[in-house]
Amino acid sequence: MTSMTLSTPGNIVPRRPLSARLSTPQVWGLALLVPYMLVFLAFVVYPVSYGLWLARHPASYVALYHDPIFARAAVNTLIFLVIGINFKMLIALVLSGFFIQSRSWIKWLSVLFILPWAVPSIPTILSVRFMFNPEWGMVNHLIFKFTGEDGPNWLNDPAIALTMAILMHIWKSLPFWTLILMTGRLAIPQDQFEAAEVDGASWWQKFRFITWPSMRTLYLTCTLLSMIWTLGDFNSVYLLTGGGPADLTHVLATLGIRYLRLDQLDLSMAAIVCALPLVLPLVYVMMKRLSR
Amino acid sequence: MKLPSLREVGTEARLLLIGIPVFIWTMLPIYHLLLFAISPKEDAFAGKLWPDHPTLHNFGIVFHQQHYFLRDFWAQFWNSTVIAVAVGALTLFIATAAAFSISRLRVPGGRLVMNLALFTYFIPAAFLAVPMYRTMGNYGLLNNHWALILAMVTIASPYAIWVLKQASDKLPVELDEAAIMDGATTIQLFRLVYVPLMMPSLVAVGTYALLLAWNEYLYAFLLLSKDTEITLPVALGNFLAADDSPWELLMTTGLIYALPPAAMYYAFKRYMVAGLTAGAVKS
Repeated sequence: MTSMTLSTPGNIVPRRPLSARLSTPQVWGLALLVPYMLVFLAFVVYPVSYGLWLARHPASYVALYHDPIFARAAVNTLIFLVIGINFKMLIALVLSGFFIQSRSWIKWLSVLFILPWAVPSIPTILSVRFMFNPEWGMVNHLIFKFTGEDGPNWLNDPAIALTMAILMHIWKSLPFWTLILMTGRLAIPQDQFEAAEVDGASWWQKFRFITWPSMRTLYLTCTLLSMIWTLGDFNSVYLLTGGGPADLTHVLATLGIRYLRLDQLDLSMAAIVCALPLVLPLVYVMMKRLSR
Repeated sequence: MKLPSLREVGTEARLLLIGIPVFIWTMLPIYHLLLFAISPKEDAFAGKLWPDHPTLHNFGIVFHQQHYFLRDFWAQFWNSTVIAVAVGALTLFIATAAAFSISRLRVPGGRLVMNLALFTYFIPAAFLAVPMYRTMGNYGLLNNHWALILAMVTIASPYAIWVLKQASDKLPVELDEAAIMDGATTIQLFRLVYVPLMMPSLVAVGTYALLLAWNEYLYAFLLLSKDTEITLPVALGNFLAADDSPWELLMTTGLIYALPPAAMYYAFKRYMVAGLTAGAVKS
């Protein structure tokens, strides 16, 4: 069974025809990659190329440019990414420090805290949607009870509705990022903190000189990855506001689907292609970081 | 018993100052969902914090399909189940084969496959949905469960391959070498050595793919449309289109739909957190 040793690196085999170069395990190896490669070709390569082909007409971009909803969606997407994501990641960073404290009640809280991530989006988003219903919802009932005034028409005011969609997104994905950042914090050698403690460092100094330097790369990676995923977050906006009022809370993800539902496939793809200048640099940086 | 020092009390108070808002923030939408499910319609719409007459009546209506919005509830529940299980099984099969091939057999081109998988993982989900919808149309799969199953396998596989590849790399090569010395073939190596050792990661990845498919809304909403063919989340979304939505039933159905994934998550929590966070982001 000497042919098996081929799998160890550093065993340089001179170039011969492919069939002669491959050992039995490697033939098996290639065969085992076939299922994934088929899925990848049929459901990633083909759709993406086909989509780009559909989006080839300059006329679609002109039409898109003249649709005021597009401009608004592009701005909303940027607000989502720049304000929403940074806000979310900062909270996740703080909470990751909170949840690594060893207290039994914090352990219990962390078990509950994961729920938003573990349960599907739609029931909880619908729950929030009703909670903020201006007439029947719990929030305005409470506001009326305590102040005697009517509460705002939450989801009918574009600025509030967009804020709510961002908060909904944070509610849903905060547990995941907190968990990841917790793993990062727990990987820091404990003796560094003990040494700093002996030297009388304040919590801020400990964070500034020990925690942050070892977390910085992870934090940045998480922020970038979160940006890419958030660009594809359809649920938070669609299920909470439906893009309304008056199509003012759309983001690119919901706008693309809106055109698709209106049977304007070329506009739909064009809207997505317009997001590429945002997506491609992020993907490029992430690929470089993670495939090292 | 030693009394806590003033400093300890201070620290505890500061922690509670974070803990209490976190608790309310996390639980409020879930509590509100539960509240609606156990409230008669009048109590729910009166914005009460606890119903005067809690009842399980809503669950009875849902389980007996006694509302025209719910006439296909069990069929939809079944659709969700079948699709989720199929996605879990198929993803597991495809990703385990790929991870074994790349990590243990060191197949040429493995690096490239990993990067291609990573690339898929970075395409925002809603952006792939549009061309995917057309593609499924071209393949003649629209309104067929296979469309959703294959779409979800495509989305779940890249992450599954990465998590499994990283777990595989941690298994010592000596195990493979010993098995080969004993005359194991590649398939025996896979079946008798690799799969048993990878079990914890396989549970994590299988559960991940299953939950991803169970929870999916957008792709299900685009790819399936017949009332008896759709999954539960799509049915819930369809409630929204109506002006006279029975919200208490909508939220009861939502709660029933949210319970299985939450239960599965807690059942496999140990595997999931260890298996998935390890592969998710390596710093």
